[in-house]
Amino acid sequence: MTCDILTPDKNVFSGEVTSVSVPGSEGRFQVLNNHAPIISSLAKGEIKVEGKDGKHAFLVKGGVVEVIQNKITILTELA
Amino acid sequence: MPNLKEVRTRISSVISTQQITKAMKMVSASKLRKATSAILQIRPYTQKLDEIKNNVLANNTGELEIKLSEKRTVKNALVVLMTSDKGLCGGFNSNLLKAARTLIQDELADLKQSGNITVMPLGKKGYDAAKKWGVNIDDRYVSVFQKLNFPSVSTIAEELMKGFLSQEFDSVHVVFSEFKNPAVQFFQAKSLLPLSTEGLNGNSGGSNIDYIFEPNPAEIIENLIPTFVKIQLFRCALDTVASEHGARMTAMDKATDNAGELLKSLRLEYNRARQAAITTEISEIVGGVAALEG
Repeated sequence: MTCDILTPDKNVFSGEVTSVSVPGSEGRFQVLNNHAPIISSLAKGEIKVEGKDGKHAFLVKGGVVEVIQNKITILTELA
Repeated sequence: MPNLKEVRTRISSVISTQQITKAMKMVSASKLRKATSAILQIRPYTQKLDEIKNNVLANNTGELEIKLSEKRTVKNALVVLMTSDKGLCGGFNSNLLKAARTLIQDELADLKQSGNITVMPLGKKGYDAAKKWGVNIDDRYVSVFQKLNFPSVSTIAEELMKGFLSQEFDSVHVVFSEFKNPAVQFFQAKSLLPLSTEGLNGNSGGSNIDYIFEPNPAEIIENLIPTFVKIQLFRCALDTVASEHGARMTAMDKATDNAGELLKSLRLEYNRARQAAITTEISEIVGGVAALEG
């Protein structure tokens, strides 16, 4: 599945991933392949991305995440 | 008859001015490219934000409670005035200041009388001008354009929203310049807060996919609203910067052309003076020879 992390300044991350873990406002959750469609707001915290080229982590100040058909889009502001 | 040396000095000074204006034009052109690419950069973000907003609204059944769109009688107003830090950009700053003065003197005339207008200048030119207007000044963010990025604009927007919610002021206006193309800018004043609820009511074409919403559609939208405000302000700032460089580029291009015209007429004058000097010299020699022979 693919993941895009966008901030108004720039496209922070974009690529093929196996797992993404986000700080949802109701609690942290992990998105794996074939996750059901979800829109959730994010709390302050860390986004952890696992892809082919290793792990990445981003500290964010909140935002929103949308998952649909193995496409994850995260709109956020970096902390 | 102009002195030869005088004309020569003027020519060389015009040449050096022309070099400066030409260089400034080049610099503005490259800064403009950067500024327009920043405008393009936020497009994916705003598009996606709109998409998500529409998808959430399509599934929203709850009533939205948007504190930032609360319309109150305006007792105190804040005007965010965006200008450039530097001059030499034609009528750019004076047009922005004109738009601000129109707003303050026409729309907010009563508040100006009672001294309830605060101007928040972003950019040094606006600060210098606003000091003379007899309004309150909030000068904390004058130098934001020196290093414009989303976090810094976001701080300002948060400050504005906090002031609005605590009823420190009841309306927030932004005076900025909308970027159309390098030669065309639209100077305007727009109202930022209370937030217009346009696009937040009813179903605006979102898909009916069965999403899981966390926590629930209404709350997600409410959480996103500050982001809308920030994005709007950021967009205004980016447009103003791009317009500034566009305006400077056009102004400097004209200045270079004018310097070229001036040079042409000065060179003509110089050559005339030189020719006149030569003619005088020849006639003097001829006269001298004639006197010797005579």
